[in-house]
Amino acid sequence: MILSFDIIILVFLIVAAIIALNVKDLLSSAMIFGIYGFLICLLWAEMGAVDVAFTEATVGAGVSTVLFIATILNTRRRSSD
Amino acid sequence: MNPKLYASIAVIITGLVLLYGISDFPTFGDPRSPANSGVEGGAPSTSLYYINESYGATKVPNLVTSVLADYRGYDTMFETVVVFAAGMAIFAILRCFGRDDEAVITAPTKSSIDGDHNRIIVGTTCRLAVPVVQIFALYVVAHGHHSPGGGFQGGVMLGASFILIALAGNLNDALGRFSERSYMTLASLGIIIYAGFGVLPQVLGKNFLDFGVLEKFFLTDGPEMARSHSMLGVEIGVALTVMSIMFAIFANLSSRGTLKGGL
Repeated sequence: MILSFDIIILVFLIVAAIIALNVKDLLSSAMIFGIYGFLICLLWAEMGAVDVAFTEATVGAGVSTVLFIATILNTRRRSSD
Repeated sequence: MNPKLYASIAVIITGLVLLYGISDFPTFGDPRSPANSGVEGGAPSTSLYYINESYGATKVPNLVTSVLADYRGYDTMFETVVVFAAGMAIFAILRCFGRDDEAVITAPTKSSIDGDHNRIIVGTTCRLAVPVVQIFALYVVAHGHHSPGGGFQGGVMLGASFILIALAGNLNDALGRFSERSYMTLASLGIIIYAGFGVLPQVLGKNFLDFGVLEKFFLTDGPEMARSHSMLGVEIGVALTVMSIMFAIFANLSSRGTLKGGL
């Protein structure tokens, strides 16, 4: 566990989470959620939980982003609130 | 007033309560924490047992895999069933037979990611990438004992390779390689493989998922290697189910259940 590396990842995590919530375009929001997934994956790998990091990289950041995009393209793209 | 303000206040209060709860935890990687060393003055913890005993009992160097697929095999089996049930639920909600003409009009027949379909670069890149992804996924499944990985990760990667074919070309290309009939069959087959590895020891007179007695089937010397090989079989079952369900969810979502057109 490297403290400075941790702090950098956590700051980026919070920034990515806030942007993903505030962006109006749902496609960009799904993309930024993928970035959030990869940052969490990096955090887990850095803490030594390599198996969980691997799962997060494949499921959380990879496939779920694709599923979000598939859903968004079949519905309306802009958020109403 | 602004509802966002109330939401922010609620979130901040919840966050503070959670941080207050964390302050009671032992520090990260503390060897004397209850999870690592057991209760003070009491029995040693379960994690210590796994660290000391699991390699001798299963001959699997990756502790996570041996706990996941052998010691806690019952949990993993029903996780696989949960994935299977999720796929079946999406199939039941979205898949529409029959009303083809009506559904095809509403479903996007062309990709809305880029308008022009001059896709030589994307198509060629994906065609080159897919075999590499699939071989790496097979390595992840087969090598889950010795390195990070296993059935879930490898299965998701295999499913993602078919999704990549569907994204680069169209859904019909991917369905030509991996049709609805085959992914439904493989998803069920994965569960049957896992449950079969559970029932086989029962036939031989031991408990459900007690892999040690399978040494006669695998012609190995001793129950340790039988447990190791059974874990590989179980992981293959998990990988089959996860691969099929991932692709099934994508195919149904992207084409509104018609399995025509798609993204």
